[in-house]
Amino acid sequence: MNAAAESLLERAPLVARDWFVNLLPAPLQWLAHHLITIGAILAVFGLFFAFTTIAERKLLARLQNRLGPNRAGVPKFSILPWHLKHTLFGLTQPFADAVKTLTKEDIVPAAADRTLHFLAPVIVVTFSLLGFAVIPFGRHLVPVELDAALLYFFAVGSATELAIFMAGWSSRNKYSLLAAMRALAQLISYELPLILSVVPIVLVTSSLSTSAIVHAQGAWTFGFLPHWFVFTPWGFAGFIIFLIAALAESNRSPFDSPEAESELIAGHLTEYSGFKYALFFMAEYFGLTALSALGVTLFLGGWQAPVEFLQFIPSYVWFMLKLVGMIVFFIWVRGTLLRLRIDQLTRLSWQFLVPLALLNLANAAFWSLSAGWSGPLQAVRWAVSAAVVVIPFLALGRALTAGYAPRTYRYAP
Amino acid sequence: MNLAAFIIIAALILGSALAAILLRNLIHSALLLVASWAGVAAFYLWAGAEFVAFAQVLVYVGAISMVVLFAVLLTRQNPRAELPVEPASLVRALTAAVVVGGVGALISSAVLATRFPAPSAAAPSATVKQIGLDLMQTHGAALLILGVLLTVALLGATVIAATDRPQPPEDTPR
Repeated sequence: MNAAAESLLERAPLVARDWFVNLLPAPLQWLAHHLITIGAILAVFGLFFAFTTIAERKLLARLQNRLGPNRAGVPKFSILPWHLKHTLFGLTQPFADAVKTLTKEDIVPAAADRTLHFLAPVIVVTFSLLGFAVIPFGRHLVPVELDAALLYFFAVGSATELAIFMAGWSSRNKYSLLAAMRALAQLISYELPLILSVVPIVLVTSSLSTSAIVHAQGAWTFGFLPHWFVFTPWGFAGFIIFLIAALAESNRSPFDSPEAESELIAGHLTEYSGFKYALFFMAEYFGLTALSALGVTLFLGGWQAPVEFLQFIPSYVWFMLKLVGMIVFFIWVRGTLLRLRIDQLTRLSWQFLVPLALLNLANAAFWSLSAGWSGPLQAVRWAVSAAVVVIPFLALGRALTAGYAPRTYRYAP
Repeated sequence: MNLAAFIIIAALILGSALAAILLRNLIHSALLLVASWAGVAAFYLWAGAEFVAFAQVLVYVGAISMVVLFAVLLTRQNPRAELPVEPASLVRALTAAVVVGGVGALISSAVLATRFPAPSAAAPSATVKQIGLDLMQTHGAALLILGVLLTVALLGATVIAATDRPQPPEDTPR
C-alpha cells in the first residue's frame, strides 16, 4: 500500500512542480506554487474540453451511421520544408474550431443590455472552472483541501443559473428570455435531487471533504471487490439519481429543452456569436466534466484502483480513465434518448426523483446504523437495503405511469 | 493586508447595495443586490468562517436571487420603474422623514449601547466537523424539527403544484 502511494510515477507531478518552484526566488515561490496548480487545471481540462468536443462529434456520428469530422489535418506552414499530408483522422478539428470562433465577428443586438450581455459568458466560465478546485485528481493531487469541499462545489455551481438568466434577459429577445426561464425551472428542479443524492454519502462517511470520501472507499474484499459506494444498494440508487440530475444540470440531451432548436432557436444563446458563444459552449462542457468528476469521486471510488494488484498504475491515470468513461456514457445517452417535454421534465424531478432520493437518505441512515451487523445479519442488511431501493421505485413508477398506454398510431401501421 | 482586504470587501458590499437602491432599472438593482450578498459571503471567508460563507453563496446567490428575479419579471412589464420619486405631498415627505429618523435613531442607539466583548487571545476554531457535532448533539431536536418542517413544506408545495384537474393523458387509447 505504502509502496504504491510513494512510487515515483505517483509523485511525478508534485516533484516536477517543486523542482520548478525551487528555481525561483523565495518571495515568488508561494505565488508560483498556486499559479502552477491553476495553470495545470486550465491546461489539462482545456485540452480535455477540446478533445471531448471531437469525441462527441465522432461518436454521435457513428451512432447515426455517419463518419463525423475527419478532414482537418495539419496546415502547410511555408517555413517548413515538408508537409504532413495525413489528415490525422480529423483529430485537429478542435483547434480549427478555436481559430474560427476567435476570428468571428462579435455581434451584440442594438437593444441589448451591453454590460450584462458581456458579463454573462464571463461569469458562467469562471464559476464552471472553480468547481475543479476541490476534486481529488490523484492520491497527492488535490488543488485545494477544504473541510466543506462538497458545499463549496454546489455553492459555486449555483452561480451559473444567475449567468443564464443574465444572458437570456440582456439579449432583449423573446426566445432568449423564454429559454432562460425554462433553463431556470429545469436547473432549480434538478438541483434538489442532485444534492439529495449526495447527502447519503455525507451521512455514511460523516465528512464533507472529497479526499476523506475517496479514502473511505479505498478497500477491497478478497482483493478484487472494491468498496466503492456504487456497489451498495443505496449508493447504486444514489448514483442513478445523480447521473440523471447531472444530465439535466448540464443541459444535455434528453434534458436540453432550454435550447431546443426546433422551438427556441438556440435558447439563451440565440443572440450570442463568435467567442462569447464559444465561452458558453466551453462552460457547458466544463460543467459536465466537473459534475462527472464529482460523480467519479463520490460513487466510483475517485482515484482508487478497481483491483488491489493494479495499484502500481498511478492514481491520476485511474481517475482520468473513469472520467473518460463517464463522458462517453453521457455522449452515448445523448445519441440514444429523445428530448423530454418541459412538463415531463419537471414532473420527473419533483414526483419521481425527489421522493426516491429522500427515501434513499433513510436507506443510507439504516446502512450506517447497521454497520456492526455480521454473519447472516449481513445478508439481511443487504436485502433490506435493496428492498428499500427497488420496491418504491417499482411502486412509484407504476403509479405515475398508470393510464399511459403505449402510443397507438392511428394513421400509420 | 488584512485590513485592506476588509476595506475592499466592505466597499464592495456597501457600494453595490447603494447602487441597487439608486439605479432605476429593477433587474440591475436585483443583480447588484446579489453582488452585495456575494460580498457578505466574501466577508465570512475573510473572517475564516468557510462553512457559513459557502452556505451564504448557496442560499442567497443560488436560491433567493432566483426568487427575487422571478418576482421582478412576473410583476412588472416595463423593467424601468415608473413610480414617482419626488415627494407627492408634504404629509408623505414628513412621514418619510419621521420614519427614517426614528428607525435611524433606534438602530444607532442600539449599536452605541452594545458592549462588544474583547476578542479572545486565540481565534476560535470551528471546523465543519465541530459545527456538525454541535448541531447534532446540543441542537439535535431543533435540527430534526426544522428538517421535518422543511421537508413537509417541500412535499406540500409539490403536491399543491402537481395537482390539476384530472385530465385523460394525451396517449390514452379512446
